[in-house]
Amino acid sequence: MGKTIFDKIWDAHVVAPVEGGMDVIYIDRHFIHEVTSPQAFDGLRNRNIGVFRKQQTIATADHNVPTKDQDKPIQEPLSRFQVEKLVENCQDFDIALYGLGHQYQGIVHVIGPELGITRPGMTIVCGDSHTSTHGAFGCIAFGIGTSQVEQVLASQCLIQSRPKRMRITVDGQLQPGVFAKDIILYIIAKLSAAGGTGYFVEYAGSAIRALSMEGRMTICNMSIEMGARGGLVAPDETTFSYIKGRKFAPQGAQWDAALAYWQTLFSDPDAIFDKTYHFNAEDIEPMVTFGTNPGMGIKISEPIPGAAGENTQSFDKSLEYMGLRPGEHLLGKTIQHVFIGSCTNSRIEDLRLVAAYVKGRSKAAHVQAMVVPGSQQVAAQAKSEGIDRILQEAGFDFREPGCSACLGMNEDKIPAGEYCVSTSNRNFEGRQGPGARTILASPLMAAAAAIAGKIVDVRQEPVS
Amino acid sequence: MEPFKTLLSTAVPLPIEDVDTDQIIPARFLKATTREGFGQNLFRDWRFGNDGTPKADFVLNNPLYSGNILVAGRNFGCGSSREHAAWAIHDYGFKVVVSSFFADIFRGNALNNGLLPVQVSDAFLHEIFSAIERDPASALRVDLQSQKIEIAGSGAAETFPIDPYKKICLLNGYDDIDYLLSLKETIEKFEQSPDRVTLGL
Repeated sequence: MGKTIFDKIWDAHVVAPVEGGMDVIYIDRHFIHEVTSPQAFDGLRNRNIGVFRKQQTIATADHNVPTKDQDKPIQEPLSRFQVEKLVENCQDFDIALYGLGHQYQGIVHVIGPELGITRPGMTIVCGDSHTSTHGAFGCIAFGIGTSQVEQVLASQCLIQSRPKRMRITVDGQLQPGVFAKDIILYIIAKLSAAGGTGYFVEYAGSAIRALSMEGRMTICNMSIEMGARGGLVAPDETTFSYIKGRKFAPQGAQWDAALAYWQTLFSDPDAIFDKTYHFNAEDIEPMVTFGTNPGMGIKISEPIPGAAGENTQSFDKSLEYMGLRPGEHLLGKTIQHVFIGSCTNSRIEDLRLVAAYVKGRSKAAHVQAMVVPGSQQVAAQAKSEGIDRILQEAGFDFREPGCSACLGMNEDKIPAGEYCVSTSNRNFEGRQGPGARTILASPLMAAAAAIAGKIVDVRQEPVS
Repeated sequence: MEPFKTLLSTAVPLPIEDVDTDQIIPARFLKATTREGFGQNLFRDWRFGNDGTPKADFVLNNPLYSGNILVAGRNFGCGSSREHAAWAIHDYGFKVVVSSFFADIFRGNALNNGLLPVQVSDAFLHEIFSAIERDPASALRVDLQSQKIEIAGSGAAETFPIDPYKKICLLNGYDDIDYLLSLKETIEKFEQSPDRVTLGL
């Protein structure tokens, strides 16, 4: 019987079975950042052991860092201490750190792929749930807790139970104005925030194949928002072209050997999935979320639904927090903030799209609009294309790389009661700041909202 | 970690679905670099106003409810992978969380910290909530060896799932890391396998 690509990769990484059904699996790449690593390194110190495989461990500072004046010391003492702790830990344990001030610094799930560190067939973990992003390259990539970070540092392995297999196929062609972010918000709205729990997802179909690597990363990034362990797209020419020539990509004979292996990474035609879904790309519209989990999303043309089922308490609480009502339309809703950034949407293609839309226009006077590039390399690329100037002339604040307002651990917070159209991945209560009201959307929807001062349907908007 | 065998305790009801880890422990508290003290910030923004005064309508501030068991609506612990959420719940004093559905990463983090996630059917969860509503002093009995949870008053019970390996770890207080460190030779042998060497991995 045929195997799924997921099973091919999993099987290739089982070091030993654990009695009762779990497996010890080997981890090819371990990304770390300042928030979920300090206790793990202290754990190693307490045991008087080092990092088992330093060369396979890559660090960056992203969650806590300011997005302005990064060349100056971090003002907030706890953030400064935590970032300094990462520097100290990487020095003590001899780990490569692309930290503040480094030309490769950035959001961890942006820098891995752009440096050619993320490659098909790998197992990749990080103490961050959006590690699923790397699945876009045909990897088994998932988020872990700090204790597991310590385990990987100590042994380069984890004890895991094999998730079930899900395939989500999206066929057809996207309408103009509809993008990868809309695809994944559409899928999560259909499956719910728990619909993928216990599964690892393979995204397939012509609409997925047609996406660039950055589009695939946007989709895989949000796999966790439907509860899935992770999500992947089988590698193809798009994948190989992206990786080739990148800083740490294999070269010469190593490239040839790697390519030959990558070309075996696909689900066999007779492979069996535990659950499958099929969607038509043409049915997808620009999406917006109205509630306080990413599954509470609707098409821009739809009204906010009423609560379904018996237990309406959670739904009602959510709408009350958001200041919204069933039957209301988000189209035309006045907003106060726009955040374009995060590991979901902060790469160069996102910035180009936004710049093309806002060029020659101005943001609405009452809106604060922030653009945070995903990495130093993305920022440099944007500057070389004049994107920073275009955005600034339109009144957007072009900042320095970091997780920023996705979770507001640094100074970039949304005030209580105010609406923010955000290209990030979570609209939980208080995520962007206590009382902040997050509306998730695509970069183009966010840019259009900044210009109009309210939520609009980008399909109806003139493109300059 | 602290072993878990059995527990008989009253329970705190939180009948909210999709409780995410940002609610359990907001991001601003993740700046800590040690594992201690997270309990004081458990459900911080649901529990306290901006000025630090307790919100009367939140269950943790209601003296009617207490105990070492938290009972929550389905899809508990979704969202961020922050293990700090499990630390906060355990540090506050809960040893068991009961729900009809747990998010994956949270479940793993809980198990790695001696916090037992007990998954029951929707119907049984409803029964537990009803029992607590009728009588806030209702006690639940949880036994890990038999994988059973019982409403002490009525005797209604259900079995709950747990991976056999994690069960042994929890019963004995074993950490995964000790097991992994004991496998060093096996891991090195895996790394030396011809396929991996060819690929330069």
